[in-house]
Amino acid sequence: MSVRIVADRDRCVGAGQCVLVDPDAFDQSDEDGLVILTRPTPGAGDEIARAREAVTVCPGRALSLTSPE
Amino acid sequence: MTTTPTISFTRTEPYRPPADHVRLQAEAPIAQVRRPDGRKVWVLTRHEDVRAMLMDTRFSSDRRDPRHPSHQPYMGPDYKPGLIEMDPPEHTALRRSLIGEFTVSRLARWRPRIQEMVDDSIDAMLAGPAPVDLVEALSLPIPSLVISELLGVPYADHDFFQRNSATFSRFDATPDERVVAVTNLKAYIADLVQQKVKEPGNDLLSRQLAAGVTPEDLGPIGFLLLIAGHETTANMISLAIATLLDRREKLQVLRDDPNLTIGAVEELLRYFTIAEVGHQRLALTDVEIGGVLIREGEAVFGLANIANRDATVFADPDELDFTRLARNHLAFGFGPHQCLGQNLARLELEIVLATVLRRMPTLRLAVPFEEIPFKENGPNYGINELKVAW
Repeated sequence: MSVRIVADRDRCVGAGQCVLVDPDAFDQSDEDGLVILTRPTPGAGDEIARAREAVTVCPGRALSLTSPE
Repeated sequence: MTTTPTISFTRTEPYRPPADHVRLQAEAPIAQVRRPDGRKVWVLTRHEDVRAMLMDTRFSSDRRDPRHPSHQPYMGPDYKPGLIEMDPPEHTALRRSLIGEFTVSRLARWRPRIQEMVDDSIDAMLAGPAPVDLVEALSLPIPSLVISELLGVPYADHDFFQRNSATFSRFDATPDERVVAVTNLKAYIADLVQQKVKEPGNDLLSRQLAAGVTPEDLGPIGFLLLIAGHETTANMISLAIATLLDRREKLQVLRDDPNLTIGAVEELLRYFTIAEVGHQRLALTDVEIGGVLIREGEAVFGLANIANRDATVFADPDELDFTRLARNHLAFGFGPHQCLGQNLARLELEIVLATVLRRMPTLRLAVPFEEIPFKENGPNYGINELKVAW
């Protein structure tokens, strides 16, 4: 089952912690610094692990993971 | 009847958070205590509680409220608050207008320039006599050079700018000297903004003006960016290098694997968490944190320095482990106010550590570690003077 990263840009504080955790999955807008998902569906196990870490460290609690039922 | 104990926010051992913070985390992780000035405050010492509090906007940063623990008498209703002194939505809009300047990818473009600044400072050290005070020679100049270039301070003004910002953060400056330095810097930044109005450059201040920020609003932003990124980063540079020179086995770990530098920066940030008083908020309503009811109007401090030693989050928290790569520390705070310049600080620290290790292989402390004058009475932990030789 594939997992999907969900970003709530209203909660994002632009700290860039997610980009530090996984620069292949996250970026920030040059205008307002807010999160951009560049790989919303992590593939291999370590991509999922990094996505989970990004969720944990996010200072705005703007990230979550969903998995289809 | 029990009396409320007064606690100290002062560190007595360089490698340990203040003893009262350690004791509270073990015995009363959420407690109402008195600050040294006698005022009552709730202190949070657990990682989870500090994060919950800093995420919750019912805990206010607005210092204009006289009940706020950081309120100052001069912050009347007409006071123009800085970014760190306001709440959403006012804070959200201002932060979003600035943070594009501090994104990870934007800051990566600064790497070659910061490398050049660090190389120049080390060239100057190596060309001169030893021992030398590393604080003066490296820790203070690097963040000052970086922030002045980011803001667009003309090269001809560097001396004035550096001298005044150094006085502002110098440990032996008298209160009068400090006031003069702050007044000078505020006036200087106001003038600089006016200059950018006339002659825009390729810098943060000019871009803010182009985006429609008024010169009156831009002055305080420039001043905050200057002071927030200067002494704090300098303290971390000094503490990091002093630690590596004191604990040679840690230095060796980094020498053996320079790829651990990023992990070392992250771990040193967690380990020292230099903001001694922590993050200060005012409860705007009754809120329960960790099962304890904090009432409207009460002051709360989130003690990040001890929360970053929370054993439920960081295994062996008192161990300095460069392979830990625990990014969930609170050295830059948490929530909507988490440090705007954190990735600039990380970049400066990484480049400084890597370059010092590579270019100064025989660097050593020129005084016994026990005799280093640590900053024991300031809002931020750090080092006043660090004599080194090579």
